[in-house]
Amino acid sequence: MNIAFREIQAKQGYWLTMAVLAALAGVGVLSALYMEHHGHIVTGMTNQIVWGLPHVFAVFLIVAASGALNVASIATVFGKTLYKPLNRLSALMALTFLAGGLMVLVLDLGRADRIIVAMTEYNFKSIFAWNVILYNGFFVIVIAYLWTMMDRQGGPWYKAVGTFAFVWRLILTTGTGSIFGFLVAREAYDAALLAPMFIIFSFNYGLALFMLILMGLYKGDQRPLGDKLLGRMRSLLGTFVAASLYFTLVYHLTNLYFTKHHGLEAFLLLEGGVHTQVFWLGQVLVGYVVPMTILFNAALSGRGWTVIAAVAAVLGGLSQMWVTIVGGQAYPIEMFPGYAVSSSFYDGAVHAYSPSMVEVLLGVGGLATAILLTVGACKVLRFMPERLDDETLAALHGKH
Amino acid sequence: MTAQSLVNSLIGALALSALLGLGTVAQAAADTPKVSAAKGDKCVENTDFMRRNHMDLLKHHRDDTMRLGIRTTKHSLKGCVECHASDKTGSVASSKEDFCVACHSYASVKLDCWDCHATKPGKKTRGKSDAKMPIDHAAHDHIHARGVK
Amino acid sequence: MNTNSGSTTAVESRRAVLKAGAAITAATLAPGLMFYGVAHSRPAEEPASKDVRWGMLIDTQKCGDGCKSCVTACNEEHGLSGKTGPQDSQWIRKVDIRNLQTDAQHALPMLCQHCENPPCVDVCPTGASMKRADGIVLVDSHLCIGCRYCMMACPYQARSLVHEPLTDQKPDVPRGVGCVESCTFCVQRVDRDETPACVEACTEAGHNAMLFGDINNPETPIAKALKARASTEVRADLNLNTGVRYQGI
Repeated sequence: MNIAFREIQAKQGYWLTMAVLAALAGVGVLSALYMEHHGHIVTGMTNQIVWGLPHVFAVFLIVAASGALNVASIATVFGKTLYKPLNRLSALMALTFLAGGLMVLVLDLGRADRIIVAMTEYNFKSIFAWNVILYNGFFVIVIAYLWTMMDRQGGPWYKAVGTFAFVWRLILTTGTGSIFGFLVAREAYDAALLAPMFIIFSFNYGLALFMLILMGLYKGDQRPLGDKLLGRMRSLLGTFVAASLYFTLVYHLTNLYFTKHHGLEAFLLLEGGVHTQVFWLGQVLVGYVVPMTILFNAALSGRGWTVIAAVAAVLGGLSQMWVTIVGGQAYPIEMFPGYAVSSSFYDGAVHAYSPSMVEVLLGVGGLATAILLTVGACKVLRFMPERLDDETLAALHGKH
Repeated sequence: MTAQSLVNSLIGALALSALLGLGTVAQAAADTPKVSAAKGDKCVENTDFMRRNHMDLLKHHRDDTMRLGIRTTKHSLKGCVECHASDKTGSVASSKEDFCVACHSYASVKLDCWDCHATKPGKKTRGKSDAKMPIDHAAHDHIHARGVK
Repeated sequence: MNTNSGSTTAVESRRAVLKAGAAITAATLAPGLMFYGVAHSRPAEEPASKDVRWGMLIDTQKCGDGCKSCVTACNEEHGLSGKTGPQDSQWIRKVDIRNLQTDAQHALPMLCQHCENPPCVDVCPTGASMKRADGIVLVDSHLCIGCRYCMMACPYQARSLVHEPLTDQKPDVPRGVGCVESCTFCVQRVDRDETPACVEACTEAGHNAMLFGDINNPETPIAKALKARASTEVRADLNLNTGVRYQGI
């Protein structure tokens, strides 16, 4: 017996959701056009804070996309057949969230019209150049992976392509973390730890978003979604959140050991104003403490609590990206250790950043695009199992 | 209407549209862009060559100059601007009749050069003899003495 | 230059002419000789050579407190606005430093260091950030997509993004919106056998804190100065072998 896959029925809620998402995505694109026409002077990004809110969203979406593929990998690579019916949706989300993240990244380029140059001229010492290849390759591989899942002729290739996709996304996420890890210039980066840290973050954010989309789709299309399946995913998410906390701890504790990093750590953990608040309240409290409290607590296992935990993990992820990307730039480069430094180019001073409306709209537009593509695809093609209630899954699982 | 007369009408309609089409082409052939004249008596290469190859020249020469530091002036963009800047606007790209814009807007090919490059010729660049620096070896090390003319 | 005038005898006047002739010849030849240490400048069709490496030496003790001649000259040469808001391009800036322990104070110009191993060149995805054979680090704006990764990577925060559309660029200095830019060692001047505008301005202001030249050639004044007295690279621990060195810090 196999679960049938069925497209979403186009009820009123569906069209309303799509309209709102399309409007947000459209406004995001319009904001990008405005930025492209007037130049980055209309944004809050400066010569000191060169990557801002759009990059927070873009890197978050890209990292989450890689992690969303995890659910499929668990079934394909690790043989946990309980997750097998979720394969298609997992691979779909990997594609759509990567598309949303890349859309924000490309639209923020100073010369977005030169994207062809980025696709044809490569400096292979640059991890960015490698990422162009890794991201584009990811699209091709995951589409192939989907083909092995959805087309009977693709069946025999399922395990091979799935394993290849799993390895590819580990390399891709390592590449994403290394964007920062390879930067010797900045104290907040310049660390090999960033690559595996981003891998763990991807597991965390990807699964949280996957759970939210899954619950939303099944609620919206009124299909059964079992508590046991969700319970397994809750524990898994709790583990990933704990692992994220571990990496964050190791990162900061190591930095605290080095005298030369004390300035940076004092800034991030104590004196950084908004960055300190985002770190403690956003990344740690909302991103780690709240989800773990909910997910490891049997008394808080209701659907509503699960949603809160997953949303908190997502907000924690955006906070972490803010602290890493913006906080890391806000702390001035120490060119003259032991000196008080000042200049007309803001040397020695904490760099201010307040995101403009266009940046917020672009970032949110990318997120909306990702969800829009996901929901739209589920309407058009058979990504969603007809039912995921516990009895059906138990029957299937037992058959293995 | 009989079948024959229907076919006749169709042939007539086709012939008429062909004539009109030819007429449009003929009209377009006369409607070429109006390009303002350049200084000097001739360009560094002949017109046909330039029409076909100026984009390759520009692209190749820009890489020679940018990446290798080759500064020959025959195919330099600055050289083009100095001769081709229009008398009226002083520029190669500000009005519809200016040299570059005239053809490019007609052919609908976007110009990317002038986002960065100056569209107007500059003042004469200073040669070695123009800048002056004092020689004072007793007090300081200096890069070099300027020729004083 | 020594010229004698009004000499009375034929021998004296001939001597005077010979002296004057020798002086004029020496003065005409001197720029080429001293600048390169070889008797000719690079012809236009010849590419830049890796035998030459351009460098700069800055003596912070001579750098004037509050003096901004180098910055003003750079802005003038390149058509920069001279404004100093967070989104304005600054290719060179004066940095004031004060030692927290000893209270010693220095001022120095900070610009692109033209490293031998530039991190900005490493990270550029399209190869727009490049190092020319003679050591000058440049942005090839034809390839720049405006990703700003090089700005993240520069240990000296030397790069700026052009934040708005520009008009009236200097013909020798193309710059445009969305592309990243930084000090080019005045490559348009260096290729004409002149020094960077900042160095010239500093000398004209009488401070003589900046010295420029070919550091691969041991005969140039800068090479001799670097050999005679210790100099440091800013952030020397990064091992970038910068072209700009400082004395007095």
